[in-house]
Amino acid sequence: MSSKKAAKDERKTIAVFKFASCDGCQLSLLELEEELLSIVGAVNIVYFPEASRVMLKGPYDIGLVEGSVTTHHEAELIQQVRRQSKMLVTLGACATSGGIQALRNWKDVNLMVRTVYRNPDFISTLKLSTPVAEHVPVDFELRGCPISKYQLLELLSATLAGRKPNIPTYSVCMECKRRDNVCLTVAQGTPCLGPVTQAGCGALCPSFNRGCYGCFGPMESPNTDAMIALFRNLGRSDPEITRAFRTFSAWAWQFRQASEECEHERKAR
Amino acid sequence: MVTNLPAIGTQFLIDIPALDSIIGGLRRRGYEVLGPVVRGAAVVYDAIEGVNDLPAGAGDEQEAGAYRLTRREDGALFGFVLSPHSWKKFLHPPEARLFAARRDGRSFRLLNGGPAPPPRYAFLGVRACELAAIAIQDRVLLGESYSDATYRARRQGAFLVAVNCTWAAPTCFCTSMRTAPPAEAGFDLALTELVSSERHVFVIEAGSRAGAEVLAEVERHEASPGDRLEAERAIAAAKASIWRKVNTSGLRELLYEKFDDPRWDHVAQRCFTCGNCTQVCPTCFCTTVDDSSDVTGQQTERWRRSDSCFSQNFTFIHGGSVRMSAKSRYRQWLTHKLGAWVDQFGSPGCVGCGRCITWCPAGIDITQEAAALRADEEIAIGKGDAI
Repeated sequence: MSSKKAAKDERKTIAVFKFASCDGCQLSLLELEEELLSIVGAVNIVYFPEASRVMLKGPYDIGLVEGSVTTHHEAELIQQVRRQSKMLVTLGACATSGGIQALRNWKDVNLMVRTVYRNPDFISTLKLSTPVAEHVPVDFELRGCPISKYQLLELLSATLAGRKPNIPTYSVCMECKRRDNVCLTVAQGTPCLGPVTQAGCGALCPSFNRGCYGCFGPMESPNTDAMIALFRNLGRSDPEITRAFRTFSAWAWQFRQASEECEHERKAR
Repeated sequence: MVTNLPAIGTQFLIDIPALDSIIGGLRRRGYEVLGPVVRGAAVVYDAIEGVNDLPAGAGDEQEAGAYRLTRREDGALFGFVLSPHSWKKFLHPPEARLFAARRDGRSFRLLNGGPAPPPRYAFLGVRACELAAIAIQDRVLLGESYSDATYRARRQGAFLVAVNCTWAAPTCFCTSMRTAPPAEAGFDLALTELVSSERHVFVIEAGSRAGAEVLAEVERHEASPGDRLEAERAIAAAKASIWRKVNTSGLRELLYEKFDDPRWDHVAQRCFTCGNCTQVCPTCFCTTVDDSSDVTGQQTERWRRSDSCFSQNFTFIHGGSVRMSAKSRYRQWLTHKLGAWVDQFGSPGCVGCGRCITWCPAGIDITQEAAALRADEEIAIGKGDAI
């Protein structure tokens, strides 16, 4: 792209950054196959190392951040990203709540490093895997492991049009019922985190006869006490309940609190 | 050509092949026939082509927060009590595109002239409480001032075959809400299933001219006094087995008075605010409207989606949501359903089907909550006795 043309370009610029993550959420952007041409017509993707060699300097109109902050380097980098992005959006469970790698937050990270790596001296890591919002202000958080590509498209479309994005914060149950599913918990006694988990996935797992894993994180008003009571009622042990809350959104404070409550009660017994 | 139509209200006896002919007759008339079928772990309402699709020998066990599909020995076609989802999903669909528009210079043009042509539904197996629920939705959605076009189009063309309950679930409380069988009005045909070791037949009557025309085409004979008595007794036995109750006397005033009752805190501890009760309720009608422009900014769609008073966004106004607490949201739902609905639409919004009890993952029981609010003694608020 010539600099002359770039000067005329009125499209909003987008940069995509990766932190500690599996790249799945960035791929959701590329998976918008049918819409991709419309997207690149409407926005100018100027920094996206996963997909393009073009890497222009900021500032950017929209910075999309995938991954959690797990190293000193990332903790510095996220400050730069914030400074360079007029609007900062986190993509998925890692960037929004620390991701599955936040499971280490309950363990001794040095012990893990020594166990996993042949040369632990080369590893420099933080004790905790933390969400972006613990480091810098975030303008919008897209949930999920991975995110819903439709929610990403909706957020971009809404931002370009200057309108509020239609991204509901109610429970997965609302989408599950809309899909005409029969409730797994009620009809089969299957533990399901749907009632405390935010919608957005289209009730994907329950539609395939699997209880919700909670990858979209806590819904707007999650009653985790009632969830613990329900899981116990379905015969699940406290260690099992602790693990149910500790998956993709383990470090989201409501799930974290619930899992610790179960863990402590088990120890107290 | 049929000249002598069976009289409306006269009871006839038909067998299973005749019921199959009724389904065939409806299909020939262009109806999409919907009825009970076993799908996965439940009896749900879905497309049927004949009696072979009906859930012969399927039953259900229901209690607060639990449902199990069961097998019956007698092969009854309507031996279950209620499906998880009501007919609402067809008449008042949870998602509907209202319109799409495309930018056209400084103006725009509509891409469609409104909603798609409505399907013509025939419902087979509408219970008395569900007929009452449809009548309530008619009052809400077909009002003189505000009539819902999507609902009206689907409702006007619908053909309703009622089935009188001859079994009840422990979650049923239709007798309290005055919606118990037999179905008395609002149907085109009404059936009562008689199943014993000797015979498997249906007592049937037409409730409309359209129903009489369909009935006229099938082999039948007039029900004997013995047949009619057997049907009456089966219905009476089902009603007699219902033990769940709501004391509706002065209930609206009571709910208004109990605005600050500690019971609301008690239920809020158990409530997920997940919205399941509102989605399975056959009368809850609330929707939201989402406008979504596409990424090019050239095209926009307006969708109507089911909403729930249990979501925070439901009461979002300038400055935030009016009902942030679970307590305020549950109180809103129950007070509207059993109280304010009377002021608005002339009857309670509850028909006693018990779906909100069965399909609440926390097993919250609307009848128990209403009774607790009425109880004189203060209910101790304790954590840990939930569920």
